[in-house]
Formats: sequence, structure tokens, C-alpha cells
Amino acid sequence: MSYTTAINDDAHHHHNPTGWRRWLFSTNHKDIGTLYLLFALSMLFMGGASAMLIRAELFQPGIQLLDPDLYNNLVTNHALLMIFGAVMPAAAGLANWMIPLMIGAPDMALPRMNNLSFWILPAAGTMLILSFVVPFFPGGGSQINTGWTLYPPLSVQVGMSMDFLIFAIHLLGISSVLASINIIVTLLNMRAPGMTLMKMPMFCWTWLVTAFLLILVVPVLAGGVTMLLFDRHFGTSFFDAAGGGDPVLFQHLFWFFGHPEVYVLLLPSIGVLSHVIPTFSRKPLFGYKSMVGAMIAVATIGMVVWAHHQYTIGMSLGAVSYFMIGTIIISIPVGLMIFNFIATMWRGAMTFETPMLFAVAIIMMFTFGGLSGVMLAVVPADMQYHDSMFVVAHFHYVLMPGAVFGLFAGVFYWLPKWTGHMYDEKLAKIFFWVNVIGFNLTFFPQHFLGLAGMPRRIIDYNVMFTEFNVVSSIGAMIFGFSHLLLLYIVIKTIRGGEKATAQVWEGAKGLEWEVPSPPPFHTWETPPSIKQEQQ
Amino acid sequence: MCRRLTTISRRFLLVAAIVSFQTAHAEYGINFPPPAADVAQEIYDIHMLTMQIATFLLLIVFSFVIYSLYFHRKSRGYPADQNFHNTWFGNWSWVMVPALVLGIDLTIASNADTVLKKVWEVPKGEKLMDVKVTGHQWWWEFDYLDYGIKVESRYIPEEKSGDLYLREVDNRLVLPTGTKIRFLHTSADVLHAFWVPELAFKKDAIPGYVTETWSELNREGVFRGQCAELCGTWHSRMPLVVESVPPEKFDAWVKQQQAIKVAAAEEASSSKAWSKNELITKGKELYETKCGACHQASGMGLPPAFPALNGSAIVNGPVADHLKIVINGKSGTAMQAWGSLNDLEIAAIVTYERNAWDNKSGDVVQPTDVKQAR
Ligand code: HEC
Ligand SMILES: [Cu+2]
Repeated sequence: MSYTTAINDDAHHHHNPTGWRRWLFSTNHKDIGTLYLLFALSMLFMGGASAMLIRAELFQPGIQLLDPDLYNNLVTNHALLMIFGAVMPAAAGLANWMIPLMIGAPDMALPRMNNLSFWILPAAGTMLILSFVVPFFPGGGSQINTGWTLYPPLSVQVGMSMDFLIFAIHLLGISSVLASINIIVTLLNMRAPGMTLMKMPMFCWTWLVTAFLLILVVPVLAGGVTMLLFDRHFGTSFFDAAGGGDPVLFQHLFWFFGHPEVYVLLLPSIGVLSHVIPTFSRKPLFGYKSMVGAMIAVATIGMVVWAHHQYTIGMSLGAVSYFMIGTIIISIPVGLMIFNFIATMWRGAMTFETPMLFAVAIIMMFTFGGLSGVMLAVVPADMQYHDSMFVVAHFHYVLMPGAVFGLFAGVFYWLPKWTGHMYDEKLAKIFFWVNVIGFNLTFFPQHFLGLAGMPRRIIDYNVMFTEFNVVSSIGAMIFGFSHLLLLYIVIKTIRGGEKATAQVWEGAKGLEWEVPSPPPFHTWETPPSIKQEQQ
Repeated sequence: MCRRLTTISRRFLLVAAIVSFQTAHAEYGINFPPPAADVAQEIYDIHMLTMQIATFLLLIVFSFVIYSLYFHRKSRGYPADQNFHNTWFGNWSWVMVPALVLGIDLTIASNADTVLKKVWEVPKGEKLMDVKVTGHQWWWEFDYLDYGIKVESRYIPEEKSGDLYLREVDNRLVLPTGTKIRFLHTSADVLHAFWVPELAFKKDAIPGYVTETWSELNREGVFRGQCAELCGTWHSRMPLVVESVPPEKFDAWVKQQQAIKVAAAEEASSSKAWSKNELITKGKELYETKCGACHQASGMGLPPAFPALNGSAIVNGPVADHLKIVINGKSGTAMQAWGSLNDLEIAAIVTYERNAWDNKSGDVVQPTDVKQAR
């Protein structure tokens, strides 16, 4: 094992800059991973603040706190901050930290590009925030009141803040494509000798598939918003029916990106679960091969079902039938994944540390969200559900457990590895319960609101919708504020705590648990050799 | 502020009361309202079917998880079965599970497909009543193509609509029962969506598109829905109210509407010279219903999205420019073309705007001026 000598190994001319240079010029996967995670955490709080403002406004019928355009601006802003600012960077942070450790590589394959793909993000984040605040300055034009879907013609009416947003999306897209290229190259070229693809840890597999998805779909979104930019300023009419264009074309481009995007958000968390559940069940992952197969199937089918977000645009019978059946079929690989997780727990010797608590909650709530997804896929019934609060409830039930809670599980799981300290288990369990209860209180009642007829994205509603909105808003406040506890736990763990061993968790297996906690600046300079045992 | 607090606390008490007493008369709904058409009933049934299947599956998954959580834990001394994934079950579950899920999927899909065909395909070779539904920022226009009448439907402010605020309109979409109706959906500006839950469908209103849906109401009643596609600032203020009446009553309503239309047309085409006061009175009412959502009754607008007309350069400038923007609108903005209003209406609105608030031009614009400007 080479890591013990790594730090003082002058023969390799390691320059370990200190101070701000260490971060700005960093090419070290661990530092860049940390930067990604910190960025994501700060965006999580901003996106969360906008969500809480939305729910505060919806606490009562009538217009109390916000004006309609500000409300819609927050709705847009919340989605974009959470998706592009919090979840994707957090997943990329985990990838940066863990992939080289897991495959026995000294670093990412393209360290300088790694630096670039992170440092584009703060610029993109600034543009994103500007797109939100510019209208508050004189001459700043009107606010973005379109929702994150940015459908024209409404998005053509918006003032200059839309242009900021379009460029923010371009930057975010460039950043994720660069990160994806880096991850693919690393995974395909830098695995330790003897680690065949089918021996690769599952988190790496999920990221391999995610990275391919990103490279395939992000450019389509970039193209779509560029066409929007041209429609806005250069007299084209891609999306303007009066000029021979087609407003629905934008929707197709958007969802060609948007649907696979949900798998981009989901898969890394599935990867985390594939490590957390075996560790705390003290037995190997059930169905490794079928997991890989299921994931590739999800990604492939997921690329060709986008128009189930647009059942109401008036497609032909043949088209909607196709999209309905394709969408329902996705339940097969997703069902298999959930089955594999339960079978991993089955006949295990489980303990319930915080990562495992999240994992179990994810299995249950994600199944619930997945099943309401099957309901939504059914076209005739979706004629009712579409664009109602039922949809809002559904996608929060898949995205929150499926993506965010998976990331929380990953953070608690690996925090001792990163910092060398155990987190405060008692506080973390309190966080788990408050968080999960707050979440369910927020989103469960929204199913009823949708069924009873409340559309989404409205600032003001009839008194008949009051009761469930009150419950939902109270839940949202609990849910929102619970994240302060998360912040406290993370800071506390970074600053100190019980020393973590290299293996950290009794049942943990894999290369990342063979390096000390915290790992030295450079790890695996000599690749480890892979034992045959891994199945 | 104080009033708001008391309403908030009153609502709170209401919630508490409902939660604690489980009143049978709770006004909130937890499921779709009872359908008002046969096809809507089938949609309702497919919704219930998939929901039941989903609930059943959820219970199965939950029971396995909970069983496992209870029995397979270290604290109970359960030894982990390290070879579970290598048993025959481990080796073949990747075939069995998908086969099972496929079976469920096909059950859902085949049931859905039958309903889908009925919903999707407008009956052919039958006499249908056509209603064109046009979404506008932020009102609905219903054209009864067979009768040559047009209805404009707008929300009613809270002071007047009370508990039906955002669920009631000034002019309802009146429809006969027992008649196959074809709706033709389109939009004059941005996307909107037609949604009345009792009819059990939703259709986007897309500029440049005309899409079809159909329905045959099987009971009388008042059915309330809302615009369901984000359409800008006042998206929340686009209620849709269907009033389903027996055919005889519908015919009477049609006659009444036609008479109103004839009278309005006569008034507009008379060569009468209107006095300033007549125009201003007419114009104020028209302005407040049609233009008020954006430019506000106060004329102050909602800048920067919607400019103030009070003190506006165009409103205080040459009449011709003022007429031009009202008749033709301004493309790429929310200011639509109002050319479909008749000469008298435009004349009244423009006269009102030029003399309202701090605008003191004193101009009187006559219908004949509008005719020339078109
Ligand atoms: C859906 C919102 C909306 C409605 C309803 C609306 N307008 Fe406008 N109107 C606008 C917008 C936005 C502009 C600014 C267009 C631009 O960017 O120049 C505007 C501009 C104008 C202007 C020019 C003002 C100026 O100083 O530039 C006039 C006059 C006007 N509208 C009259 C009317 C009248 C009369 C009606 C009712 C028949 C009406 N508008 C209804 C949105 C609306
Ligand atoms: Cu609308």
C-alpha cells in the first residue's frame, strides 16, 4: 500500500498549495469534491428558502406575502436552484470524492478539466441568481414567471432576466458535460488492474450511466434555449406560430432533456443506496448484474418517453399510446432495482445508523412515488392529473427520496471517511425523523389537493383548498428548518468528534474503506490489486 | 393586517375543528368530483383501478420491508445469510420480478387503452355542437360556432364572489345536456389549459394550434375548473365554469344571447355621434373588465410588466398611435390586438383612457374614427 508514503513523496513533485490557491487551482479530486459539496449545500439553502416562501404564501388563500410574478419567479428559481445547483453538484461532489477511491485510481483522469468544470459553477450560479434579482433593479424588465419549463410564448414576453437564465443554463450545461466526460474517461481507463467493469462498485456504474445520459441530453436543452434566445432577440420564429414556428417544438426539446434528467438526478443516489444497504445489512448487494442491466434499461427507455410530460398538447392517438406504454414499461427495471434493495436487506443482519434509516425511508417513499408515476403514465387519467398539485406531490416523492435523501444517506455514510470523525449519531437520527416527517407532511396532502382540482403554480386559491394547504405549509416549515440541523451536524463533524477507523462501518467493503480516514491528500498512487472475492 | 390575522386565526380554528370532529360536511375534496359524462365516468374508473393496483402493490412492498426490518436485524441476533444472492431465487429473480411487473403493466395498459380510444377520438359521422374555446391572458372566450354567439368569461373579484372566489366567472360556459359537444381549443397569446374536473379531461390551448376534445354531459349542474397551464401573472385568475342545462333551457339562452348581440351591433353601427360622457361611462366599464387585469383600474399598471396608462406618452399623444396599439396590439408582449372589439367599444375605451386619472386630453374619439383607423 502506497498511501502512507504519498504525502512526503518528493520524487513526484507534488505541490500542495495552501490558502485560497489550494482551492482555486486545485486539481485534487478530494478538494474538488469538497468544493462541489459545499457549493451544493449553499444552493440547497437558497433553493429551500424560495420553497419556504412559496409555501408561506400558500399557507392561506389570498395573496399575502408575494405578488404573482414574484411567486412565479420563486417557483422557477426553486426548481433550477435545486436541480442544477444542489442535486447535480452534490452528486458530482460524491463522484469526485469517491470514484477514484473506489476504483483505486490516484485522481480523476483529467484533473485540470475537473478544476474547470467546478469553477464554471460559481459563475453559473451567479448568473442564475442574477436572473432572479435583476428585475428588482431599475430597467431590469419583468420577472421570470414561466416556471423552470420556460415554455414559449410566455418566456418570450419575459424581460432581460430570461437572457441571464439562458446563459446560466449554458454554463451549467458546459460544466456538467465536462464533468461527465471526466467521469467516463476515469471509469473506463483508471480502474485498478483486475477490476473488470463487472467488478466495478455500483456507485461507479450508476455514474457511468448518468454521465452518458448527461452528454446525450444536455446539448439538446442548450440548443432549445439558444433557439429561444434567437426568438427573443434576433427575429427568428422557431417557436412562434405567427412566423411559421411551433411552440410545442420547445416542449419536445425541453422534455427530451427533462425526462432523462430525472434519471440523472436519481441514479447517483441509487448508487449510494447500493453501498449503504449492503453495508448495514452485512451482506453483499443482491443482484449486482441485474442492477447494472436494470440501470442501463432505465436510461435507455428513459430517453424515449419524454412526451408523457405533454399528454395534453393534442398528440395523435398512436403517439400518446406509445408514450403511455413506454412509460409504464419503465416500472419493470425500476421495480427490479427496488426488489434488489429489499432482497439485500432480506436475511441480513441489519443495524440502523442514519444512512440506513435514510435508505429504508427511500425504499418505501420512492416506491410510493414510483407508483403514483404509473398512475400519471395512464393517459386518460393523466388528462385529470396533469398540471395539478398531484403532479407536484408525485415528483417530490420521487425526487426527494430518489435524489436528495440518497445524497443525505451518502453524506452521512462517507462523512467519517472524509473528515476522519464520526458524526453525532443521535443528532443525525433526530434530523432524519424531523426531515422525513416534515417531508411527508408537506407533500402527502398535495395529492388530495390535485385530485380535488387545484392546479399547480397558482399563487391564490379558492377556500375549498385551504385545509390541505395549511397542513402542507406547516410541514414545509418543519422540513425546511430541519436542514439547519443538517448544517450543524456537518460543521460539528468537520471540526471534531470521535475518531473514525479506516473501515468506519462494521459491514463496509470496498477499496475506499482501505485508506485511512481521513484519506491523505494523495491516495492509490500505486494501484491496489483486486482480490477475487468480489462478486 | 389585523383583519388578515383574524381571518388566519379563524381558518386555524376551522382546521382544528375539522381535524378534531371529522365533520361530515367538510367542504374540501380528496378525490375527483363525480363525473358529469359517461366517458368521464370511465376515466374516473380507470383512475380508481390504477390507484387500487398501486395501493395493493405498495402494501406488498411495505409488508416485506417491515417484516425484514423486524426480523432481520442484528440486535435480534439474526445471522446474515451471505449466500442468499446465490440461491436459485437469487439467480432467477431477475427474470421472475420483471415478468410479474410486466403482467401488472399490461393489465393497466390494456384497460387504459380502451378508455383512451374513446376519449381521444371525437365521434365521426355524427352531428356535434362545436364550441371554440380560446384562452387569453387572463380570460376565456367561448365561440358557439353553430349559433354565432360569443361569450367572454372572466373571474369575479373576491368582494363580489365571496366563497366562490377563483371558482366563479361573470359569464359561464352554458352547455346542453345529452348533446355531443366538440371543443376546439386554441389560444390568442400564451399557453393555457382547459380543465373542468367533472368533464375529466384537460387540453392545452396553444397559439397556432386547434386541438379537439369532446364530451356529452349526462347531468345538469354547475361544474367548476381552472386554467391549468401557467400563463403568466394572473394564471390563478382564470376560472372555468360550465353550466349544464337541459336542451330547452339552452335554446332559450341561445336566443337571449343572439338578441343581445343584435342589439349591441345595432348600437355600434348607428351613425349617432356619442357625447363625451356617454363614451366615458361605457369606456370605464369596458376598460375595467377587459384591460384592468394588466393596466389596473387605477391606470397605474403593474410595471415593469404592464405599463401605466396614467401619464403614458401614447395615451396622451396622438389619437392615431393610441388607436393603433389598441387595435393591433404589440407582438412579443402581453399587449394583444383588441381589434375584435367593435368600433364603439374601442372608441369608448380610448376616450375613457384619454380622460381618466390624470390624463386630461379632453379628446373624444367617435366610432367613425375607429373605423378609419382600422
Ligand atoms: C394581458 C395584459 C394586457 C391587457 C389585458 C391589456 N394590455 Fe395594454 N399593454 C400591455 C403591455 C405588456 C403593454 C406594453 C407593450 C410594450 O412593451 O410596449 C401594453 C401597452 C398598452 C398601451 C401603450 C402604453 C404605453 O405607454 O406604451 C396602451 C395604450 C394599452 N396597452 C391599452 C390597452 C387597452 C385599451 C386594453 C384593453 C382593451 C389593454 N391595453 C389590455 C398588456 C396588456
Ligand atoms: Cu391561463
